[in-house]
Amino acid sequence: MSKVVALATALPVEPERLESSPLVPLSGERIATPAANAERQPPPAPAYVPDPPVSRARPRAVAMARAVILPGAVFLLVLAVWMLVNAKITSDIPTPAATWARAVEIFGQPFYVAGPNDMGIGWQVLYSLGRVLAGFALAVAVGIPVGFLMGASRDVHQACYPLVQILRPVSPLAWLPIGLLVFQAKDPSAIFVIFITSIWPVIVNTAAGVQAIPQDYLNVARVLRLGKLEITRRILIPATLPHILTGMRLSLSVAWMVIVAAEMLTGGIGIGFYVWDEWNNLNVASIIVAIGIIGLVGIALESLMNLAQRHFDYNRR
Amino acid sequence: MSYLNISNVDVVFPTQNGAFVALHEVHLEIEQGEFIAIIGHSGCGKSTVLNVVAGLLEATRGGVLLENKEVNSPGPDRAVVFQNHSLLPWLTVYENVRIAVDKVFGKSKSRVERHDWTLHNLQLVHMEHALDKRPGEISGGMKQRVGIARALAMQPKVLLMDEPFGALDALTRAHLQESVMEIQTALNNTVLMITHDVDEAVLLADRIVMMTNGPAATVGEILKVDLPRPRNRLELADDPAYNHYRAEVLRFLYERQRRPEAA
Repeated sequence: MSKVVALATALPVEPERLESSPLVPLSGERIATPAANAERQPPPAPAYVPDPPVSRARPRAVAMARAVILPGAVFLLVLAVWMLVNAKITSDIPTPAATWARAVEIFGQPFYVAGPNDMGIGWQVLYSLGRVLAGFALAVAVGIPVGFLMGASRDVHQACYPLVQILRPVSPLAWLPIGLLVFQAKDPSAIFVIFITSIWPVIVNTAAGVQAIPQDYLNVARVLRLGKLEITRRILIPATLPHILTGMRLSLSVAWMVIVAAEMLTGGIGIGFYVWDEWNNLNVASIIVAIGIIGLVGIALESLMNLAQRHFDYNRR
Repeated sequence: MSYLNISNVDVVFPTQNGAFVALHEVHLEIEQGEFIAIIGHSGCGKSTVLNVVAGLLEATRGGVLLENKEVNSPGPDRAVVFQNHSLLPWLTVYENVRIAVDKVFGKSKSRVERHDWTLHNLQLVHMEHALDKRPGEISGGMKQRVGIARALAMQPKVLLMDEPFGALDALTRAHLQESVMEIQTALNNTVLMITHDVDEAVLLADRIVMMTNGPAATVGEILKVDLPRPRNRLELADDPAYNHYRAEVLRFLYERQRRPEAA
């Protein structure tokens, strides 16, 4: 957009003025066409301004200090509130120091196995990840084709859209009884819940991606007389890939959120069940440590998807 | 019978407020090797004419004959240079041309021949230095060059250009106009170009087709540009004949077909 504005201001002649003096060159007329907006131009690189080494080093040091100090301040604030809760409201919430001691203990032996229901935190996370990945893979495998059909065909879109809209906001836990009834087993039910809640972002984004394909690409395909299969392979899939990846990223973070809730109810080995178990043992410090672990794993999954997106998305390469 | 015959074409779009007549009785006959520019105010239906010839849009009445055969659907014999280049952003410059070459000459040319033909067409538009770049990494003018190379590589009977330089700055546009003139002289393509730029039309075209304002736009006047080729923009600037042609077009656009206020 900035390019359009720059061009328009750089032009000496306005279209209105042309009418009164028709002999001025017309070459600058009507620059701001929609086509100019469609240009996917990276913004122009800022002009290189050599500056003395001292003043370049200082802003960098300031920026780094900021990156450390500001989040650090918020972290300290949270710690203060935490200690306040411990001191004034309920001492059942352990102090940060006690929690830290518990964390050291937990991380000291992440992969111990003391029985079928007593394993290290590493195992708990891995079991949860296994369920998440199974449900997520199913959601992607079903969601992408459904999204494609919905994006490509108005009839399919009209047929499926109301159902998608109704089911999308349903809480994952509402599905659990259905899953338990149908599958009569804990693991498939948990995977089913992941599947049914994480499929919607994939469907919605894929469909939006197919609908957002510029008519121009399809016109190119028509001029080249590409067949249906060629259009799908050479135009539709690469053009929608960025949208699909966005859908997958959202889907995966939903899946990770859902697993904790699902496992709390189904039990077995997993980080969600671990939280529930420690609640029953009143090991609140363990729960707080688990919350930290859940957050970190979520960040790790998110960065993995970001990496994939950077690799496959032509807009970001 | 002429090479390309646009025969009494009407285009009517159904809208919520009833039928909208975009084109009415558009008739145009084009000879082989001719360079035709269609000019008119925005919204007059210039691009609609081109889309009908391209086969991207069906005429409500009338039709288009190319070498005495009616054309109804798009095809590489009427390659289009789109206004906004329409390169596929996930393919490199080379691949964007190669996809067209593979599709058109997949059976008639060997792999090596198709590779050479792709390179040859990119050389024609002076883009052989950026084969592995993606459209996002090159300038607007370069993208349009690749778009032209892709169209030329199809060896079309008619080259259709839809305001090909409309989105470019004046200097880049001048460069590309020179390139198009050069290529057209060398290959003697039949070209149908839509433009809103009077200088561009006079500089490039053998005949300028001036369209009336819509709705129900049609061919208002046809101006034959009898300037010797090769044409040089600097020499022509002081040429009385050139200025006469420009004035003719301007008079048509700004006296007889004043732009409607709503536009």
